[in-house]
Amino acid sequence: MSSYTLPKSRSPLYYILLALGALVVSIGLYAMQQMEHHGHIITGMNNQIVWGMPHVFAIFLIVAASGVLNIAAIGSVFGQTVYKPRAPLAGMLSIAMLAGGLFVLMLDLGRPDRIIVAATNFNPTSVFAWNLPLYSGLFTLVALYMWTLLEKRMNCWIKPVGLVVFTWRILLTTGTGLIFAFLVARQAYGSALLPPMFIVMSFGWGMAVFFLVQAAIYKWNDMDEDSVILNRMKNLLGIFVLASLFLVAIYHLTNLYFAKQTEFEHFILRDGGIYPVLFWGGYVMLGSLLPLLLIFHSSLGKIKCVVAASMLVILGSFALLYVFILGGQSFPLSIFPGFEVSSSFGDGAITHYHSSVWEVMLGMGGLGVAFIITVIGIRVLDFVPHDLPNK
Amino acid sequence: MSDMNMDRRNFLKTSVGAAAVAIAPGMLLFQVAHGSTAAASSKVRWGMLIDTALCKPGCNDCVTACNKENGLSGGTAATDSQWIRKIEIKDINSGRPVSLPMMCQHCENPPCVDVCPTNASFKRADGIVLVDKHRCIGCRYCMMACPYKARSFVHEPLSDQHPDVPRGKGTVESCTLCVHRIDQGGKPACAEACTNHVILFGDLNDPSSEIAQKVHSVSSTQLRADLKLNTGVRYQGL
Repeated sequence: MSSYTLPKSRSPLYYILLALGALVVSIGLYAMQQMEHHGHIITGMNNQIVWGMPHVFAIFLIVAASGVLNIAAIGSVFGQTVYKPRAPLAGMLSIAMLAGGLFVLMLDLGRPDRIIVAATNFNPTSVFAWNLPLYSGLFTLVALYMWTLLEKRMNCWIKPVGLVVFTWRILLTTGTGLIFAFLVARQAYGSALLPPMFIVMSFGWGMAVFFLVQAAIYKWNDMDEDSVILNRMKNLLGIFVLASLFLVAIYHLTNLYFAKQTEFEHFILRDGGIYPVLFWGGYVMLGSLLPLLLIFHSSLGKIKCVVAASMLVILGSFALLYVFILGGQSFPLSIFPGFEVSSSFGDGAITHYHSSVWEVMLGMGGLGVAFIITVIGIRVLDFVPHDLPNK
Repeated sequence: MSDMNMDRRNFLKTSVGAAAVAIAPGMLLFQVAHGSTAAASSKVRWGMLIDTALCKPGCNDCVTACNKENGLSGGTAATDSQWIRKIEIKDINSGRPVSLPMMCQHCENPPCVDVCPTNASFKRADGIVLVDKHRCIGCRYCMMACPYKARSFVHEPLSDQHPDVPRGKGTVESCTLCVHRIDQGGKPACAEACTNHVILFGDLNDPSSEIAQKVHSVSSTQLRADLKLNTGVRYQGL
């Protein structure tokens, strides 16, 4: 391991990338400073839409951080050999994205200075509180898992530790889904379908991120991807995209079936302005159907198509999260079913959300954190997937 | 050696005496200002019965009183705190209009308390749901969880706060049922200000109280009763 060097990792590009990442993180920190100084009044969030763009970024990163571990699990737990050389990179990407997601989530708090309060006061009935040990546990377990992967003497522990990591990541994404599933107040949430939906979505999102990073590493090191392996992995991405689409469709169809939910579904799927546009155009068309075409069409499916499909899946995931989080909160609470409602506090009315530049900057800061950790990780350790011939 | 011990004893005696003299007036003044400091009793369940038939559309006296009592700006932007608000509703089928005040419903099983990661949201023994401003980290999960949209987030720096009603930028807040008044034997500012006698405040657990007797004698409803939160605030005439 000590003799390992990547040909391109010594190039100025590494430092340029690092500087770029640091700049993006600085932008995020500056946004946080402004939000803490002036208060959340400078954001687009308010008393109806209490979670905004930062949460779209944070939840994407946390869900993808968990999903990317599937690559590792398929190799270490389920014994698929082509995935085994990819496990270290998957582990590192998981840590990077989880750190990025938590960066955004914590710095968006009204009182981020009180994070020690969150660490020392634990409400056992709060799924938010459950998530804290799940996050810190994932950091620890993935670090341990990577040790078993990278240290030859520890290789015998790969499978049992991999199994624990796999179980933990399923629990973590269940926890993320439960944050919404446990909400009885708002019509968009409060569904037992959400945890499995988040788990299935995490498979596709994590894999899409993995494809992009792997393609970039291969490109910068003048390496070619094995077409057989690429074919197997892209087909799996396609299956994950299809499975996500299926669960999202079931979620909306069950809602449409309940009369009390119909108005909300009409808002999200037809009448809600930006939300139907993002749902159908962003998630369904660009984020699901087009990637499926790029992956499965017989004349397509080459590396450029897979990279494009991965980018589109990520774009679609942001569109879906925007609809789910912002659209779900824009719709008024049903406090008086069967009545027309109005008040000075927005009761009975659709709330319009306009994201502020500060929120986007904070979210980008989270991406920057994940990017920096990835760049440093690739530089310091051997995360390049080395495939054996004819595998 | 014994001289030294005597000196030490004298020094300690003087110090304790000086500390007592320094602290006693403060304690006395605190007692005068705050009355009894006895813990809230679980034998009591504070609540309200709101008679919507008496509530006048356009009348905002309860809202004005709440804002004044608690040092709220009275602004109605989407980012302003509103601990109590007037809601106008109209039956979609019959067209019957109803006007009513809406605030924290002080649930027996409050979702805000369930979801709060730091126990900042809590329920007192007497049923009043509050936010500990020193523990709130501003995650706003309670605002997502409240079925009544009763909570506000402090979006801006604050000034001219009332000493009895501490608030904090970056934390969540809501109707406290004027707990500082209740603890001194008073009643919430909104109930006191309502000249139409819409808001009846009292102890739901005390069979001799006016509110308990009325809840037993008239038909009242809890908002979102399907959620089985057992609210402390009931509505009559809905």
